[in-house]
Amino acid sequence: MTISAKDRLAVNLAGIKMKNPVMPASGCFGFGREYAQFYDLNKLGAVAVKATTVEERQGNPTPRVAETPGGMLNAIGLQNPGLDDVMAYELPWLGKFDQLPVIVNVAGTVTDDYIKVAERVSEAPNVAGIELNISCPNVKCGGITFGTDPKIAGQLTEEIKKVSKVPVFVKLSPNVTDVVAIAKAVETAGADGLSMINTLLGMRIDLKTRRPILANGTGGLSGPAIKPVAIRMIYEVSQQVKIPIIGMGGIQSADDVIEFFMAGASAVAVGTANFVDPLICPTIIDELETRLDQYGVQTIGELTGAGWKR
Amino acid sequence: MNKGVLNVISNLSIAERIFRLEVEGELVGCMTQPGQFVHVKCGTGIDPLLRRPISICDVDIERRRMTMIYRAEGHGTHVLSQYVPGQPLDILGPLGEGFPIEGRKAGEHVLLVGGGIGVPPLYYLGKELKKRGVRVTFVIGFGTASQVFLEQELAELGAVHIVTIDGTAGVKGLVTDVLTEAYGLAMSEWDALYSCGPLPMLRALQDTYQAAGKEGYISLEQRMGCGIGACLACVCSVQEPGEGKKYRKICSDGPVFAFGEVQLV
Repeated sequence: MTISAKDRLAVNLAGIKMKNPVMPASGCFGFGREYAQFYDLNKLGAVAVKATTVEERQGNPTPRVAETPGGMLNAIGLQNPGLDDVMAYELPWLGKFDQLPVIVNVAGTVTDDYIKVAERVSEAPNVAGIELNISCPNVKCGGITFGTDPKIAGQLTEEIKKVSKVPVFVKLSPNVTDVVAIAKAVETAGADGLSMINTLLGMRIDLKTRRPILANGTGGLSGPAIKPVAIRMIYEVSQQVKIPIIGMGGIQSADDVIEFFMAGASAVAVGTANFVDPLICPTIIDELETRLDQYGVQTIGELTGAGWKR
Repeated sequence: MNKGVLNVISNLSIAERIFRLEVEGELVGCMTQPGQFVHVKCGTGIDPLLRRPISICDVDIERRRMTMIYRAEGHGTHVLSQYVPGQPLDILGPLGEGFPIEGRKAGEHVLLVGGGIGVPPLYYLGKELKKRGVRVTFVIGFGTASQVFLEQELAELGAVHIVTIDGTAGVKGLVTDVLTEAYGLAMSEWDALYSCGPLPMLRALQDTYQAAGKEGYISLEQRMGCGIGACLACVCSVQEPGEGKKYRKICSDGPVFAFGEVQLV
């Protein structure tokens, strides 16, 4: 009996039914409007939209991006239109895509901010999940300060679990000594899944001005350059927790997706590659089945953790 | 907005570190608005990773050919300068909102002011304005004589005033030194100004002529990520925040803005 193409790529991510395992990563896709000019967003397994905060945020001064070999540094600073606007315009607009589960990335300065945003966005009809952003390296308050201490990360997760009506994924930072400890803490606190990894803190200096290129000084490194770090961290964490992982960090191809699954991911997010090729997500989705054939695999789901399972 | 593979026709050095790149392909058919740009993948690998935004200098819609002029300044443009005829080039575009010319009337006199690598988009703009019967005058500034380019091509469209900082070609000084009565370019002599070039130049023009109530447009550049408005890398602030958004994206709301729309900091 052959398995239909549909079922070969389908995954169940903590209860979220995805027709394929590929979603654009938060912060790399806005709220989808720009990319909808290139393809039908229903094609995606899901979408993780831009970090949302209670109030509108203007973000950091420019330059906000700098390139590195195989990667890019960004310090956007969580610019977003704020909770009211996201509820009134962005989420209803995404509602036009009736086969597209939406995961909202939730950010804030203090715990109450996270609670406010999580509670309201989780009530929107097309929101299937929340991604708790405790790992943004580019804001002075909040963000990563919640993500570097297992106890604080656990406490925030617990608070969000109380108010969220949808599964909660916690987005972990690689800028920690022991990522497993943070992962275990948020699992114990009730997290339904993990997103890993966020960007690695970095810097570039302009040789002419002798100053950091980014106006913010430091920025988050993303792109193919960080893929081995992501693979290693997912490989380590997935053996220590039972909750599913959305893998991300430099994915550019169907082969990369398969590698993330083997490391222990149950779905993937594509970030920086969207900037290089706006059509990259549908391209990867189209390539996946052929690659499964090539590796003699029936379903993508059976590859989760294949890199360490004995 | 679309993505396509264009074929390199020629890629030649025309001044110090300045290259003229001509490409051909179907995508060119939609490049009808002067002042737009294309986002170019330089090389096929991951270094450089991001595309490079490059202005459209000239378009031949019939022959599906487009010309870009760029300065080989960093890694990406150095890679681009190695392209040879026949090689495919991955291009996203045309992108952004270009120079508004719909309201221009025959007989008007319009100033096109460019600095350095900001000069190229003024060629396509000048060509389109001339088609509408508008009289165009170019004021273009460079560092030194060896960096001057497009002088002859622009001269076919209108009067050209060259300015160099060291005085090795044309008038010594800055473009603003030529925008005076002595050169017949006092404020009363022209109807609108279009400009592209370094930020201090654009700021000087906006500060002077916005205050005087003149109509003018400036084209900005910034380090970009996606080039289509999604990543929010290239934003700038509006001058007077109203009801709407307090910022503009240079890639998709611009790169061209009217005097007074955005802060130049």
